[in-house]
Amino acid sequence: MADDLERRFERTVQSEARIEPRDWMPDGYRKTLIRQIAQHAHSEIIGMQPEGNWISRAPSLRRKAILLAKVQDEAGHGLYLYSATETLGADREDLTLKLIEGRQKYSSIFNYPTLTFADVGVIGWLVDGAAICNQVPLCRTSYGPYARAMIRICKEESFHQRQGYELLMTMMRGTQQQRDMVQDSVNRWWWPSLMMFGPPDAESTNTEQSMAWRIKRDTNDELRQKFVNMSMPQAEALGVTFPDPELRWNDERGEYDFGQPDWDEFWQVVKGGGVCNEQRIAHRRKAHEDGAWVREAAVAHAAKHARKEGAA
Amino acid sequence: MSTSWPLWEVFVRGKRGLNHVHVGSLHAPDAEMALRNARDVYTRRNEGVSIWVVPATEITASSPDEKDPFFAPAGDKVYRHPTFYVIPEDVPHL
Amino acid sequence: MSFDNAYESLLGGEDAHWAFGTGFSEALSGVNREFPAGVDREALAAYCLMLGDDALIFSQRLSEWCSRAPELEEDIALANIALDLLGQARMLLTRAGEVLGRDEDALAYLRDEREFRNVHLAEIDCGPGPGGDFAATIARLLVFSSWRLALFSRLRGSADPVLAAIAEKGLKELAYHRDHAAQWTVRLGDGTDESHRRMQAGLERVWPFVDELFATHAVEVTLTGVAVDPASLRSEVDGVLEAVLNAAGLTRPTDTRAARVAGMAGRDGVHTEAMGYLLAEMQHLHRSLPGAVW
Repeated sequence: MADDLERRFERTVQSEARIEPRDWMPDGYRKTLIRQIAQHAHSEIIGMQPEGNWISRAPSLRRKAILLAKVQDEAGHGLYLYSATETLGADREDLTLKLIEGRQKYSSIFNYPTLTFADVGVIGWLVDGAAICNQVPLCRTSYGPYARAMIRICKEESFHQRQGYELLMTMMRGTQQQRDMVQDSVNRWWWPSLMMFGPPDAESTNTEQSMAWRIKRDTNDELRQKFVNMSMPQAEALGVTFPDPELRWNDERGEYDFGQPDWDEFWQVVKGGGVCNEQRIAHRRKAHEDGAWVREAAVAHAAKHARKEGAA
Repeated sequence: MSTSWPLWEVFVRGKRGLNHVHVGSLHAPDAEMALRNARDVYTRRNEGVSIWVVPATEITASSPDEKDPFFAPAGDKVYRHPTFYVIPEDVPHL
Repeated sequence: MSFDNAYESLLGGEDAHWAFGTGFSEALSGVNREFPAGVDREALAAYCLMLGDDALIFSQRLSEWCSRAPELEEDIALANIALDLLGQARMLLTRAGEVLGRDEDALAYLRDEREFRNVHLAEIDCGPGPGGDFAATIARLLVFSSWRLALFSRLRGSADPVLAAIAEKGLKELAYHRDHAAQWTVRLGDGTDESHRRMQAGLERVWPFVDELFATHAVEVTLTGVAVDPASLRSEVDGVLEAVLNAAGLTRPTDTRAARVAGMAGRDGVHTEAMGYLLAEMQHLHRSLPGAVW
């Protein structure tokens, strides 16, 4: 029986059909998915903070509205993704506790600080751009609810990237001070953006099994290369440079050569040593804890109401 | 007391003449708030959209694949949420 | 849209994605923007600033909840309300700017505190800062949206076609805001001992700022037929608040009278101490880079 189930699962995955919530699936597949989707959901929720940092100070009302709408979208993305984990038997409250207790991770990029308004644009362009590279293949991931959430998210992310790039184009047409601000921001975010694809394939532990299960579709290094290829013409059109002396076109490969990020810094930030790690988690924990009495009150009201209806 | 809100499945009819289609799920303390949250989260308050919210625990689901081991030990309890299960347009109302 | 080439996705795409508050030209397209004959334009501009500043400053306060709300669904709901109000503010400041020869950003970012005309209720800290909590935020939203809904309902008949159109559009939004606040007031009032206590305290926090909402200002007297006399809204708004508080099992606070400062308040450009800090944060970047384009 178990073998039959496993064979059917494998066949479904191999044939590019989707696994749906009530299908049998190997425990490892379920656990890997919950971990990956939860991490992704946490990233969306923590990712609200670095950009949210500028809502109150946005320099025009139009930018304020766009930024608020964007950060709100991220709350929505987190919500869709937590929902996808709930189809696997996970629970949002439990995952939130894992996040604020440091038992589950989120994308390290959000442990970098947003220091100027140009960072809002660069996050849209490079960070959301890198996220899109990572996420587009996930629209075809083997688990149905995850794939469907990703389709919706990718559509919105591409708007985010567009607004970021548009902000930067506007700033580059502005004063010299603004152009300097954009270049400074690019210098700070370029390497962390490359790190978003994860460690080099040789050091990545999860890749192989995830590829076989069609949870992941491309390796870290493949996606990183694709991102660099995509970003270079965009940087040229914008009039900024990336802080990598090794970055140049390779005619033979038909791709850009580029240097390696500082992987020591990467691991340091992953392990909690980034500028904002503690701040981000403390912020999320405070929101969750401060909201407890509100959530509890709503549950209590609903229970009283249900009792009254039952008695009537 | 538990502070977490129950899960609701959200069905939206984008315009008149169409069936309600499952669009996702959300958490809310009760049906009224679930409806309001659904409007904010899934329709962005687009008017002319009809919304149903159903407690996830109230949905009885068959297995998506007939040959699926419906009564297999691992087959039912844990995966109780049919979230994101897309209902085809031609399926009549529940 | 191609997902394989992000450069393409940068160049194409639909603007309709940004559902709330990021653009408003369509909402008012086709509305006659000429000033009606006989209207005191300076007074019209002042009135638009009053209503626009109410929305702008309250939106600024509400957006402080972004990433801090009690649950994700509520985070999204509060952001929607903040975006609605920001949209209303932009339309109203733009209308004022048509008289004053300044655009919405010049009015939002380059006026000093004494030139802002919002009521105090919009500017005080009701949380997530130390001045309040979610209950105080809901209490403010309940009072503010009940009052503004009544106001906009009458403003639909304004002799200024732009104000009438802004009111028409804002009415549906405000009905939603009031409903959201009322739903929460009932849940918090009825929920647990703690939520009841906090909701009552939230009402006590905002009630001293209620009288100001209904005080008739000279500008509103000048603009008969264009502006709404807020004094005329009192009984309607009182009735709404009474009904919600009754349903929630809450007591209507008796302290409605925050004294004015030498006879002046928000409509005269005299604010609370919180306002200076709010503006310092909101305006700092815009003012730091004169000549910049955003």
